[in-house]
Amino acid sequence: MTANLVNVIMGGVFHAAILFLVAAGLQLVFGVQKIFNLACGSFYALGAYSGISAVSYFTGHGGSPALFIVPLALGGLAVGLVGLVVERGLLRFVYDRDETFQLLLTFALVLMLEDVIRLTWGTAPASTGGLYLAYGQARILGSTVPVYNLIVIAASVAIALGMSYLLGRTAFGRIIRAAADNREMAEALGVDMRSVYARVFTLGTMLGTLGGALVIPATAAMSEMGVELIVEAFAVVVIGGLGSMRGAFVGALVVGVLRSIAISVYPELEMLLIYLIVIAVLLWRPRGLFGAAAA
Amino acid sequence: MNSPVKPALILAAVGAAVILVPLAAPPYYVTLMLPFMAYGVVLLGFNLLFGYTGLVSFGHALFIGIGAYTGAVLTTRFGIRHMEVILLAAAVAAAVAAAPVGALCVRYVKIYFGMLTLAFGMVFYTFLLKFYRLTGGDEGMRMLRPYLLGSEWAGFNKTAYLVGPYYYFSLAVLVVATLLMWRIVSSPFGLCLRTIRDNPLKAESLGIGVSRYRWHAFMISAVYAAVGGALLAPPIGNVDPTLVYWTHSGNVVFMVLLGGFASFFGPLLGAFVFIFLQDTVMSVFPYWRLVFGAVLAFLVICAPGGLMGLFARRPVPLEPERG
Repeated sequence: MTANLVNVIMGGVFHAAILFLVAAGLQLVFGVQKIFNLACGSFYALGAYSGISAVSYFTGHGGSPALFIVPLALGGLAVGLVGLVVERGLLRFVYDRDETFQLLLTFALVLMLEDVIRLTWGTAPASTGGLYLAYGQARILGSTVPVYNLIVIAASVAIALGMSYLLGRTAFGRIIRAAADNREMAEALGVDMRSVYARVFTLGTMLGTLGGALVIPATAAMSEMGVELIVEAFAVVVIGGLGSMRGAFVGALVVGVLRSIAISVYPELEMLLIYLIVIAVLLWRPRGLFGAAAA
Repeated sequence: MNSPVKPALILAAVGAAVILVPLAAPPYYVTLMLPFMAYGVVLLGFNLLFGYTGLVSFGHALFIGIGAYTGAVLTTRFGIRHMEVILLAAAVAAAVAAAPVGALCVRYVKIYFGMLTLAFGMVFYTFLLKFYRLTGGDEGMRMLRPYLLGSEWAGFNKTAYLVGPYYYFSLAVLVVATLLMWRIVSSPFGLCLRTIRDNPLKAESLGIGVSRYRWHAFMISAVYAAVGGALLAPPIGNVDPTLVYWTHSGNVVFMVLLGGFASFFGPLLGAFVFIFLQDTVMSVFPYWRLVFGAVLAFLVICAPGGLMGLFARRPVPLEPERG
């Protein structure tokens, strides 16, 4: 009984760790640039595929399987640079537009990236092979949990702490918060908005691509994984509150764990439960649980 | 436009062309006209919300799905095959669903309205996907060939039925829907909606019940979407949950933007161009999303007025160029 419960919860927390990374990218971009980036799921898919490519290149050239997590993460982070191209090439033209158009531009990215992935990696599901259990399994309260999951959870928590340090304690973080609060005032005080936006969007994209890369040993990559994840990340940020990092963290835990419980108790409920919570939160507290200060 | 004669002429020419299509064009192109007409009805309603009221729904596929599934359930489970009854039932079902959903959604605007509609759409999507016994799950349900005007059209094979009676039936529905929408947008009700779009605060202080008008617009657009969805089902033959997925809602917004949301006929043009362009692109290059994504990005950045915006700009040189 406990073993089963631990299994369900650990599965949920692993999923939450991944969701947090994607949602954190979404929150960062929304908080500063006020753009709800529908393409964050596509960045996640992009990260997954390039992670696979990096790992297979690494093991194909004699790299030790035990170190596969290094090329995996690097592959994920490197492809995140596409965010810079997207921001400079497309998004910067629509900052003054109505948010409908900004939303539609990110929808255009969703469409394009899905086919870019199909063109580059094909339509068949891809995976890293048997590397998932390369680090063995740990026994926790009678259940077995892959050590890889624990590493990812730890990495995600470390990134959450790192983000809160970056935003709260560094000069760049202060500029980001100032820009999120009042763009005109920050600009008047001499902040170069162009560079802030470019850096923020690239960072947000990298969080998403890293999330995609880290999830992939546990599952298989498919070209539709992006549009499926965006609705979950969307649930996370709505529950947590748009633009709030703490909200992303709590929201990811709520969505990840509840979904995991729902699947084991009554599979039909799965995402239905999540959407019902989303609707309840939107109606009861449209700013989300932690979004009072944002927007 | 320069004079009122020109649009009337264009309209008459387009009307005549659409009536003559089944006689002149190869059946393949005629069958492509069917989704155009179905989406035409959907988009007319959608634009009442988007173009006229200023609310962008990212869950409108919910009501397309309600319409399509109404048709499938009635024909396969209840043996009701009369298309007129199906359309009526779809409209009623959509109104019943849209009343509470709309009442909740119109309390918000902009991004929150979009998110709430998206969430409701995904609730219905997961319901369709997971409750296999009721809905057929991811395989969906078959939509049997409906009777039109009380006749089975038994002598027609599938293609002949679609390019003949069903084509003219769809066209009639589209024409009625267009005339009705024209009445709605030129009525005082339509004027109030535009006032709400441009300045909700002022509208409120002029005594317009902003939420109530938005709610009514939401319900009308939902009914249109369901009627369009019901029209869409027979040519597809099988309705499945992808009809309700959020990307389908995104495509609906795309079509309206493509044609031009600021114009009454823009959405119809958008549906037409979207469907035929998609078909053309797919015949030479399977990755239509790449092309369409680029088209959408171009529209958003360079031509937010859509195709109608491009046409309309030329005859009006007095309008100041905006930088």
